Parts: sequence; C-alpha cells; structure tokens
Amino acid sequence: MNGNTVEVRGLTKRFGDFYAVNDIGFAVRAGEIFGFLGPNGAGKSTTIRMLCGILAPTAGEGSVAGFNIMTEQEGIKSAIGYMSQRFSLYDDLTVRENLEFFGSVYGLEGARLRERIAYVMKMADIGRRGDAMVRGLPGGVKQRLALGGAILHDPPVLFLDEPTSGVDPIMRRTFWEIIYDFSRNGKTIFVTTHYMDEAEHCDRMALIIAGKIIALDSPAALKAALPYSVWSLRAERFIEVFEEVAAFPFIDEAAIFGSDIHIMCKKDLPLKRELSRALRERGVSGFRIEEVDATLEDVFVSHARRLGV
Amino acid sequence: MKSGRSLGRILAVAGKEWLQIRRDARSLALSLVAPALLIMLFGYALTVDVKNVSMAVYDMDRSTLSRRLVEEFSHTEYLTVRGHVSGYDEIDGLMDREHIAMALVIPAGFERRYKSGKSVEVQLVTDGSDATTATVAIGYASAIVTNFNLDLKIRELARSGIRGPRMPVDVRSRIWYNPELESKNFIIPGLIVLILAIISALIASLTISREWERGTMETLITTPVRGHELVLGKLIPYLFIGLFDVAATITLGYFVFDVPLKGSFVELVLVALLFLAGTSSLGVLLSAATRVQVLSVQAAMVVTYLPSFILSGFIFPIKSMPIVVQAITYLVPAKYLIVLIKGIALKGVSVGLLWMQIVFLAIFALLVLAGSVRKLSMRLPEARS
Repeated sequence: MNGNTVEVRGLTKRFGDFYAVNDIGFAVRAGEIFGFLGPNGAGKSTTIRMLCGILAPTAGEGSVAGFNIMTEQEGIKSAIGYMSQRFSLYDDLTVRENLEFFGSVYGLEGARLRERIAYVMKMADIGRRGDAMVRGLPGGVKQRLALGGAILHDPPVLFLDEPTSGVDPIMRRTFWEIIYDFSRNGKTIFVTTHYMDEAEHCDRMALIIAGKIIALDSPAALKAALPYSVWSLRAERFIEVFEEVAAFPFIDEAAIFGSDIHIMCKKDLPLKRELSRALRERGVSGFRIEEVDATLEDVFVSHARRLGV
Repeated sequence: MKSGRSLGRILAVAGKEWLQIRRDARSLALSLVAPALLIMLFGYALTVDVKNVSMAVYDMDRSTLSRRLVEEFSHTEYLTVRGHVSGYDEIDGLMDREHIAMALVIPAGFERRYKSGKSVEVQLVTDGSDATTATVAIGYASAIVTNFNLDLKIRELARSGIRGPRMPVDVRSRIWYNPELESKNFIIPGLIVLILAIISALIASLTISREWERGTMETLITTPVRGHELVLGKLIPYLFIGLFDVAATITLGYFVFDVPLKGSFVELVLVALLFLAGTSSLGVLLSAATRVQVLSVQAAMVVTYLPSFILSGFIFPIKSMPIVVQAITYLVPAKYLIVLIKGIALKGVSVGLLWMQIVFLAIFALLVLAGSVRKLSMRLPEARS
C-alpha cells in the first residue's frame, strides 16, 4: 500500500450496450473524506457497488483497503462499512436486534459487541429507541441507524451511498458531524451525493457525469481552476432578465441560482460595466451586479456545458 | 478461529431468521398449524376403501329364490341395499341423484326358469362415472353371485345323494402388515410425507427472495457472510419447525387415525429430518434462483406437490409406470421417505434394513444444498438500477 485506501484504474461497468461507468480512475488517500458528486444516473452507485465487491466490474483493476477488487471481494467485505442508498436493514427487527445481528455477522461478540452497540446508539442518538421495531421509526432515525450499522464493526473504510438523500437539512448537518468524527479517527470515507453544498465538506472530490470523471480535486482547487469569474445579478422580473442576459455574446454562462442570476465570463472582462450598459440599453433598471466566489455548482455547470450535457 | 467465525455467522443468521419467523404470524401458522390441520382434513377424506356401496333392487320375480339372492346382497358390509324399486326409470332417477351406485335387476320367471333346469340371468346396472367404485362393486356382486351358485349346486348335489362334496382348492389369504387392508394405513404415511414436502419447501422458498425484495440482501452481501453460511443459517430454524411438524403429524396419525407405529419413533423422526433437509434446501434453491417471492412460492408448490403425490408411490404403484417415468421417480425424495415410514411404522423394520433409502435421501439433500449455495448469488443482479 502507498497511503491510498482506494485505488482504481480503467474501472468500467457496462449493462448491455449502456456504459454506467466508463473507464474511470482515481485514488482515495487514507483518512480522507472523498466525495463523488454527480446527478442521478451518473454512475455513482454503480461505482460504489463495484468497490464494495457486490457488483462485478466489466473491466478495470484496483484495490480497496489493500484487497484486489477483481479477486478479493471477501477481504474487502471485512474491511468496509457500506450504507446503501435504499434503507436496507430489517424492519421487522428492533434497533438493537438489527445491530446485534450485523455485529455478529462481522464477528463481534460478548463485551465487545455490547460496547460497540452502546457506542453506535449514542453516536446516532437512537439509544432510547433500542427496543423499537424499525418498521415504525421515522425516516431520519432509520437513516442514522443505517449509518450506525455501517460503522458498527469499526471498519477502516466507509462507503456511503447518498447517505443524506431524503433527510432534512438539520439532520444532514448531524450526519456530517458523525462523518467528520469518523474521519478524525483516521478512517477513510467515500461518499456520494448530488447535493453541491455537501460536496464542500469533502477533502477531495470527483465530479462524475455520464459514467465519466470530469474533474477531481479539492473543492477549493476545483473552484480556483475555474477559468471564469462569477458574478451575481439581482433584478426585478429576473426570469425575463435572465432570458435577455443569456443571449449576450460576452457572457459564457448564465444560470438561475435561487433568486439571483449567476453569470460566468472570461476572467479579465470588465463585466460590471459591460453588463450595466447592455441592460440599460434594453431599458432594464434597478439591478445590482457583484462579483461572488465560485461555488461547486458553478464548477459543475461549467464542466457540464463544456461537455455538452 | 476461521471456522469459529464462520459458525458464529451461521448462528447469527439462524437467530435473526428465527426472530423474523416468530414475528410473522402468517408464516408461523402456515408452518406450525397447517400440517396438523391438513392431516386431520385429508386423513378423513382420502380413502380408497370402497365400502357401503349403495344399491337398489328391482325384483320382478318376487319368488323365494329371488328373495334369497337379495338376502345375500344385504349380508355384506361392502354393499347396502337402500330399497326396492319397480322400474328402470326409478333406477335411472336414483342414480342421477347419486343415491345409488348399482342396481340388481332380477327378471320375472327367475325361479321358474331355475327350477326347470335352465340357466337364468340377473342384471347388474352400475354407475360408470365413478369407475373405481363401479369396478369394485361389480367385483363384490360377482363374488356374492358365485357363492350363491355354489350354494345352489351343493344343495342340488345333496338332493341327488352326494354328501359333503369337497372343494378342490380353497384359498386362505393372510395379509401381512396391514391385515385389515385398511387404506388409511398407507394413506396417512403418504399424506404426512406429502404435507411435509410441500410445507417445508414453501416456507423456505420465501427466505432469500424476501431479502432481495426488501433490499436487505444488498446489505447482507456487503458483509463478510458467505453464501453457504447464509443458506445453512437460514435452514436451521426451518429444520426445527419441520421437526415439530414431523412429531405433530406422526402423533396425530398414531392417536387419531390408529396408524400403527411398530418401529422406533426416534428413527422415524431422524429420517424425516434428513428428508426435510432436502426439501427445505429445495425451497431455498428456488428462492435464490427466482429472487421474487411470488415466483419462488409457485415454483415450490409445483416441484413438490405433483411429484410427491403422483411419482412417490403414494397412491399409484411405481412398478406399473413406464420405465422412463420409473427412472424419474428416483429424483422424488418423497418416494424414499414413504418407503421408510411404511417400513418403520407398519412393518417395524429397523433403519438398518432401509439404508438404501437413507443414502438416496442424503444424496438428494446434499445435491440440492450444494445447488442452492451455488445458485445463491452474493452479487447484485446485472441490471441498471
């Protein structure tokens, strides 16, 4: 091993003539929070499933926690924790029974099992629901239980497939606190998401579209590498204004961002002056233009447009 | 250490499965109550003994001789003379309403013709829509008439001075193992086998497909649990349920239906357990192969019900089947258990003499178990999701 917990080259998954994952390669360093950001259907889950040894890659090579992904799936399974996108614990067992079962399957027993279950229940804040049947639990609690089940055996690598999908914003923050905590203990975390703001939590991240990795770096570096300056335009009747603005030749990219219009243009362009003049010529008044920091969404949009998707 | 871990995982799966079964009232009822219930229901219904066949008599002669013949018909428990009629249309009506299955018609002049030394005819009308009953009833009637003829002949000879004519050959039949020739003594063991086969395969056929349908399989396959550990772990609770069913059905057979139990109860339970290992594994195999509960349940019904009923020697003798079908019966585990149960319960044979059947049951169980482990994929299906 060379300090990389996950390493793949040429990883490909083909279903019929559809390439769900198309020749991707990356490395995740030990102790890193590594994000996979992309829209639904981009190949995030397919990648995570191949890394966990539950879906056979069509081609490629690599390792997870030192085990070969093509030949040593059994080794991988003992070294990882996995939380699937769909809730997949037993809803006809209680919280504690679920944890006891998965703990035993991972070889925990006796005092060690009890200690880990107590830890997980405290961490996920489900202690007082220990004897509740999972079926009746609210979604957020189920989600925390699923995360708890994945870290029960204290694996060095954790794979989380859209762990916060369908979770309210407050709960999402709690989730990320748990993930940070895990990372501080030296564990490696591989997480997929389609929330741009969540991706900011990652040490490094890969943007994935249509089975291809289009960019991979730390969020800050990705934003710095953006060859555009980003501006925010605020105006009344912004939908109509947006249509006008999108057609201006000096603007590379315009997108609606909340109630603002985000505009990308060449870095050296004096946009504020140009845009103000162009808008006044069209009789638009009462607008405000200011330069803003690029977000990951801007990065994502620019890459997506460049590729024509 | 490694095998200890493996055993630990098997037991973890078994424990989890047991918790789930315990909480599922429907499958609990199906697995624990249904077998006893079915034995009670079908044990009474299923009989191939033809007894008390209802018949009518149309006696046009009304003579001493005709009454004596009718008398003979009333003296057997196999036939019941429901009454006298006075025309064919009445026979027709009674038969249509299924009040009678047979009618004896004695023509006018019956006694007169006999006395004048001529041979006389009586007519038997039977309802052929139930061929089994008709055939057996004709057999009974012929036997009665033969005896009646014999009796008349002896009287004739006696009248002409010949005393105590001897019978050249006299048949004395002695029936072993089931002296009353009661069908329940082979129906009940066969029924027990049939019910065990169906129920065990049925409840086991849900286990893997349920995990796939609920999505829990996706979590299971990311854990270190191996395919064979999952199969064995899941089988354990179902074997205990099967054990209960074996004990319950055999007990009912013994106490309610008076099926004799001459051999060892323990041996009987052990061979039944071996049988259940095979049929339960068959359920798991189908469950692993289909991944869908609706399909796996139907498949389990199809592969256990008809073969165990038709190809096991339960009702239809295997020796009368075409040679190809006879060969197929070797794949039907019910065949072996039926021989074993009949041997142990009815004949009091020890299992040592029936080792061949046990070997076949063991081979079946091992093959199906290996097949289900092989068929159980610890990977996701190859499809976009």
